[in-house]
Amino acid sequence: MTNSENPYIVRKDNPAHKRLLKRKAKEVRFQSYGIISIAIASLFLLTLLTTIVTEGTGAFFKTEIKLSILFDEEIIAPNGDTSIEALAKINYVKIVRNSLKELFPDVKKRKELRRLYGLMSNASELKVRAMVEADPSIIGTRSEIWLPASSDIDMLMKGNISRDIEEKLRRVKDNQIAWVDKIALEGNLRCKFNTEFFTNGDSREPEQAGILGAMIGSFFVILVCIGVAMPLGVGTAIYLQEFAPKNKFTDIIEVNINNLAAVPSIVYGLLGLAVFLNFFGMPRSSAMVGGFALSLLVLPTIVITTRNALAAVPPSIRDAAIGLGASPMQTVMHHVVPLAMPGIMTGVILSIARAIGETAPLLMIGMVAFVADVPSSISDPSTALPVQIYLWFDSPEIGFKEKTSAAIMVLLAFLIVANAVAVYLRNKFERKW
Amino acid sequence: MNPVIATLLILLISIGGFFLAKRKIVVAGSEVERGRPYALPRYYGYCTGFWSFVPAIILFFILLSTIPTSNFTSWIALFASAGLAIIITFFASSKISPNFRARNHVEKWFRTIIFIFSVTSITVTIMIIASVVFESVRFFDKVPFTEFLFGTHWSPQTAMRADQAGSSGSFGAVPVFLGTLLITFIAMCVAAPLGLLSAIYLSEYASSRVRKWVKPLLEILAGVPTVVYGYFAAVTFAPFLRDMGDIANLTISSESALAAGIIMGVMIIPFVLSLSDDVISSVPNSLREASSGLGATKSETIRKVILPAALPGVMGAMLLATSRGIGETMIVVMAAGLAANLTFSPLESVTTVTAQIVTLLVGDQEFDSAKTLAAFALSLTLFVVTLLLNIISMVIVRKYSEQYD
Repeated sequence: MTNSENPYIVRKDNPAHKRLLKRKAKEVRFQSYGIISIAIASLFLLTLLTTIVTEGTGAFFKTEIKLSILFDEEIIAPNGDTSIEALAKINYVKIVRNSLKELFPDVKKRKELRRLYGLMSNASELKVRAMVEADPSIIGTRSEIWLPASSDIDMLMKGNISRDIEEKLRRVKDNQIAWVDKIALEGNLRCKFNTEFFTNGDSREPEQAGILGAMIGSFFVILVCIGVAMPLGVGTAIYLQEFAPKNKFTDIIEVNINNLAAVPSIVYGLLGLAVFLNFFGMPRSSAMVGGFALSLLVLPTIVITTRNALAAVPPSIRDAAIGLGASPMQTVMHHVVPLAMPGIMTGVILSIARAIGETAPLLMIGMVAFVADVPSSISDPSTALPVQIYLWFDSPEIGFKEKTSAAIMVLLAFLIVANAVAVYLRNKFERKW
Repeated sequence: MNPVIATLLILLISIGGFFLAKRKIVVAGSEVERGRPYALPRYYGYCTGFWSFVPAIILFFILLSTIPTSNFTSWIALFASAGLAIIITFFASSKISPNFRARNHVEKWFRTIIFIFSVTSITVTIMIIASVVFESVRFFDKVPFTEFLFGTHWSPQTAMRADQAGSSGSFGAVPVFLGTLLITFIAMCVAAPLGLLSAIYLSEYASSRVRKWVKPLLEILAGVPTVVYGYFAAVTFAPFLRDMGDIANLTISSESALAAGIIMGVMIIPFVLSLSDDVISSVPNSLREASSGLGATKSETIRKVILPAALPGVMGAMLLATSRGIGETMIVVMAAGLAANLTFSPLESVTTVTAQIVTLLVGDQEFDSAKTLAAFALSLTLFVVTLLLNIISMVIVRKYSEQYD
């Protein structure tokens, strides 16, 4: 290096320049690692969501077939008796089957007939029954009605059962496909929004299974959970943050709460099983016990978030209140807690959102039982949304696969709403001191 | 008699007491020559209401739980406690006078109540320990402790009847523990680098606008219920991995530890991310500035200054994440296997502690066979291990964190 050159410019042939380049390349590489890991994580999220949505959307629709139904007097009211009691005893399967036979008069063999009857869901018989019981005067008349197709046909029309595989391995046989195609060609087949999915309880038949029972079950669970965990959690937090003397005992409580927050959720299920079910003898599979178990699960989270919210209220507020003659309790209850309320509510809502999605503890206390009825109180046997997802996932029928994804979509929708409310509360009421 | 209706009835009586007492104090306060009451009238109401509600409700539930329940006796319980509430109400409202320190009284009671609330958390811990330990002790009566901890054969199916030829059940939990460790290890291999690198990028490189959008995006991953991850792992990811394995000439079980582990890792990413983000941003800026001032590039600053400074916190975060993975249930129940294979191969099917607890307990109502009791022994192990990890992480953070202020 000569004197005429600027000593601060590193020339290209200088070894320092090479080192600098290397270091800069390292810098770029390091930064790209971060971007790549964020990208991978986001990619997973995206794949997860798109898979669920593409698989589940089908369950919101169902296939229906238009049949010309003859409300045959000889079947419905052979003795001319049309009282409600008499109508309740009638088997309406035959009416639907007759109508199918009319549609395809050349199907004669027993095996083939059974396949033909397999086009329609059991629910179609129930629908006919409901129509007759609602209005007995239609007996003897003929009308065209849209009736739900069976799950296999539904899957076939949605493309979930491939037509290309060998007949032996396919649940829907060749002649069934031919019949359905003929019906479709005549315009007697349609795909309609599946309201039953939101109004039915669980069922063994995929095409009749709905989510209402699970939603009500989840609702009861959350109700109990809020009712127990919120007063307990907020009360604990207020005590620990504002009133507790500094001693060994409060230290133990604090460490204990932090540890409880890390206890696996399934252990809370065992707690519910051993303490609530076996010791206190509460009703098994009920939303009440589920709610209790989940409230203990979210308790530490609520305590911790509430304490943070209380700690964020500046001391000047407390000093001012004390200075004006308020008692410590008045200071806390009239000033600190109301100011911390948005933070407290955000914490509670987020904990509840976690409780909505929690499955393992509910499995332990028996909420995994098959419950077809919609629960009407907190002590009825019930399932909850995530458990319903698990149950449907476990069912072998292919029709339940899209139901599982659809139930996941409903569950995620609830979570999104809960989180959106929490974010809204935080943004709207958050104060900078 | 429905306890809810009884509670409501007693509550109604107490509310009556509230208004009675409040009214009395308002009237007394208006007679000026006797002086102003010590506290606001509603505090006298609270006093009366509280004193009539609490003893009555306690009496009701004591009666309900001690006497044999029939329709008749529950009516008696209701009348007795409602009567108690009414008597106390009238007694208390005749006793209170404007000189009574009503507010102090109410505040003292409220403080006692929230103190009792805060003790609940300890009760919960005791309940957890009790529920798990009692049944575990019964299990260890049947199966020796050492066999459980060191035995290498796990097949909990016991014969239903004595004359049945089925297996007698063997409870060596080593394959179960190893399966748990294997899956958690795979999960941490995914979550630790991805979470930590994302955290570093977000807190050191990203502009505040990117941060504002990306962080909540990744936190969605934490909000997704585990049952959804389990479904994704079992239905989409495991078949995908198996097909990939076919291409690469590997036999990957459709319930492989790899599938469950990777998805569990994805689930833990936001956990690692937010914990290490907190730790990294708590490293004081003076360290960054000093390092830059000495000519280090940003990545050199991060690797040689910030990460060492944040190491205890990061280690603590990793331990917490591990304990989260060990305790995770739904993903392994749905995507991992049930057969207890003693293997280290991530391509084979293994089972975990949590998956075994679920399979052993779901559907069973009797708690006397070694099979169901084994679930409690497993959960005792689970509880102890997660607790230890938590405590160790706390100790590491406390002991090794540098104090910069």
